[in-house]
Amino acid sequence: MSDFGKTISRRSLLKTGAATGLVLATPTIFTSQSWAQSAFLNDPAKSGKLVLGFNVPQTGPYADEGADELRAYMLAVEHLNGEGDGGMLNTFSSKALQGTGILGNKVQYVTGDTQTKSDAARASAKSMIEKDGAIMITGGSSSGVAVAVQALCQEAGVIFMAGLTHSNDTTGKDKRANGFRHFFNSYMSGAALAPVLKNAYGDDRKAYHLTADYNWGYTTEEAIKSATEDMGWETVETVKTPLAATDFSAYITPVLQSDADVLVLNHYGGNMVNSLTNAVQFGLRDRIVNGKNFEIVVPLYSRLMAKGAGANVKGIFGSTNWHWSLSDEGSKAFVKSFGTKYGFPPSQAAHTTYVQTLLYADAVERAKSFNPCAVVEALEDYEFDGLGNGKTLYRGADHQCFKDVLVVRGKENPSSEFDLLEIVEITPVGQVTYDPNHPQFAGGALGTCNPGA
Amino acid sequence: MLGLNKKDTSLFLIVVGMTMFAPFILNPFPETSQLAQFNAGYPDLMQRFVIFGIFAIGFNLLFGLTGYLSFGHAAFLGVGSYAGVWMMKLLTMDVIPAIFMSMVVAGLFSILVGYVSLRRSGIYFSILTLAFAQMSFSLAYSVLTPITNGETGLQLALDDPRILGVSQVDGSIPPASIFGIAMRDSWDLTLGGWSFTFNAGYYLCAVIMILAFYVSVRIFRSPFGLMLKAVKSNQQRMNYTGLNSKPYTFAAFVISGMYAGLAGGLMVAMDPLAGAERMQWTASGEVVLMTILGGAGTLFGPVLGAGFIKYFENIFSKINDNILYQWFSGLPESVADALVFVIHPFIGKGWHLTLGIVFMLVVIFLPGGIMEGLRRISAFVKKRFSSSPSSNGAVPSAKAAE
Repeated sequence: MSDFGKTISRRSLLKTGAATGLVLATPTIFTSQSWAQSAFLNDPAKSGKLVLGFNVPQTGPYADEGADELRAYMLAVEHLNGEGDGGMLNTFSSKALQGTGILGNKVQYVTGDTQTKSDAARASAKSMIEKDGAIMITGGSSSGVAVAVQALCQEAGVIFMAGLTHSNDTTGKDKRANGFRHFFNSYMSGAALAPVLKNAYGDDRKAYHLTADYNWGYTTEEAIKSATEDMGWETVETVKTPLAATDFSAYITPVLQSDADVLVLNHYGGNMVNSLTNAVQFGLRDRIVNGKNFEIVVPLYSRLMAKGAGANVKGIFGSTNWHWSLSDEGSKAFVKSFGTKYGFPPSQAAHTTYVQTLLYADAVERAKSFNPCAVVEALEDYEFDGLGNGKTLYRGADHQCFKDVLVVRGKENPSSEFDLLEIVEITPVGQVTYDPNHPQFAGGALGTCNPGA
Repeated sequence: MLGLNKKDTSLFLIVVGMTMFAPFILNPFPETSQLAQFNAGYPDLMQRFVIFGIFAIGFNLLFGLTGYLSFGHAAFLGVGSYAGVWMMKLLTMDVIPAIFMSMVVAGLFSILVGYVSLRRSGIYFSILTLAFAQMSFSLAYSVLTPITNGETGLQLALDDPRILGVSQVDGSIPPASIFGIAMRDSWDLTLGGWSFTFNAGYYLCAVIMILAFYVSVRIFRSPFGLMLKAVKSNQQRMNYTGLNSKPYTFAAFVISGMYAGLAGGLMVAMDPLAGAERMQWTASGEVVLMTILGGAGTLFGPVLGAGFIKYFENIFSKINDNILYQWFSGLPESVADALVFVIHPFIGKGWHLTLGIVFMLVVIFLPGGIMEGLRRISAFVKKRFSSSPSSNGAVPSAKAAE
């Protein structure tokens, strides 16, 4: 550290002086983000680029869903920019989108990895907002992450379009003004499943619940329990299983000893694959209790899960947001363009994220502004059709979409590895609609929209 | 200066300079260039750099000095975070009570864990701390859901009481602030093509990290620190001389736990959310990696290691194939395709792989971590540029530096 004592030479003084002058001569704009006069954060008109943030799990337990979501997002960007065959843009009831980007801006995107952890998801979303200037964040394959990122977007002042999140809380006690959910929820699963279960299994059943020990599990258990109890079923026992569990034999054995004749598996992803496999191996489905065949129910189904559980899903009821075998024009157009690009049909996660991107773009076009508050206004109580679920309403009171819910069953004779579920019933929207102040959604408030400036 | 010897003073000044000028140092590329992808000078990541720096400094006080490898340090960070969020929910959005309470609660929790775990040493100690951390994680994830809000994570709500503050302002949750300056306030400086962001929250974290670093230097150089080093070199021999080493390791453990709590408190001050996965064993493993990667037992190494890992996590994970094609747009398509094919596994979701390879290389070729690498480079440069034979003497003395 003897350098410190060096005397300042004439040469170095000149150099420093020149450098300082250069810095001072550059046009400097010293702006404060908090007091800026701009109407909202990350205005594409100012930065000259329109960036959407696709925040999905690329690693961790829901990486499969995340990968499919990302494919759908890229397809949506293509269609918005006027490339490809246009997909659902052709069947969408709103004709505001012309395939020329959004408000004439070409859509660009950034991707991030949520790792299915709230912290990592928020870090990734923050970097999209702060570094890449994203005007909208979308994605998520679990409710915890969706709720965390939704709250972040509210604080930061950008729009959040939720991906696959099924817990009641996302549009219940944790709802936010800047967040929107297209996917259905636990309550809707219960309301759609109950009548089908009653028809198939009668109204005098004793149900035993195994529930994944975290937030989504609780709300699903509550929803299914109250829906089935309303039609006369009895709940024998509800048992929570750790999320990290891979072997459920210890939880299945007590089911054999109880007098329950229906097992409800409030599990998702790998959990459901393992618990269902265990249950079938223990011979539950061959049992006869109280003179009735023992049955298993899985409230939230996905094709990726059905694939994992293989032959065990045959004949088992569940609910789903969307399925590629639907024959309306919107679904057909989406399956066609997704299949052409990637070579296999899309999952329900892909569908909901694709639709969310389109809905956001359409809302911006209709509002003629990227301002989050204008977008919120355009989406609230907006009714649309042609996106695969029939007539749909984005309710203003809680930012939840109301649409038909599919009740599906594992197919007895699948014709291909994608053709694993068959649609049993399309439950009309009226049957799954609830009051915004329903006890399962009580608490929490939307607050006001935040434009971030 | 400040009771530090000459070498430590210069290191301290370098640390102060680096943290204060971080917005410039971390944004070396103009905004419009392709390389802007590698800029790390945005508030969230800068905050993470210094917060995890504090966490790693604290961990190093335990692991670097006593050699006790705690595999459950994330539990203290998590406990501190929850304490911080609760202070914000119940008391005020000012961050000072939150940070203070985080340290207190993490300290109390580390007394409990340390009291039990320090009865054993070596691998048994590691396993005990790991067990405690996993226990805390499971509790937070499900059993204690009323307190921790389980998987969703504990967040602020519009109807929180906030005795000394307001519940909401115009339908929004008030921002976390210190003396009225919101943590998320930023000022942009645009110089030609460059843009630099100065964030209030970052500077709060940076000042606290400098303090934390200073305290750690003083501990390293104190008689207490010497005692801890003695524990590391041979605890048995120390005990045979009649010294009871337990109070020393216990104190180091609690101090280290409080550092973790401080980091947790700062995390919620910057972003008011506490999730259970903050306590998972992978998070505990991460701080071990940071410390080893940077150089265990060195003063500044852990901070560098923390920065390194957070940089990979946040920058490399965001590079996707699309961006690669942009980079190679000048090349013929087949060459670009081939290059993207080769690089693809190492970017985006493959950042774990890249980090793993770097970690292996460091451990094999630079057992002393990044600090050893820097020392070797500086020794090489000195040797190269001073022809006088006396300069050879500089090499061993540099090695002795921390």
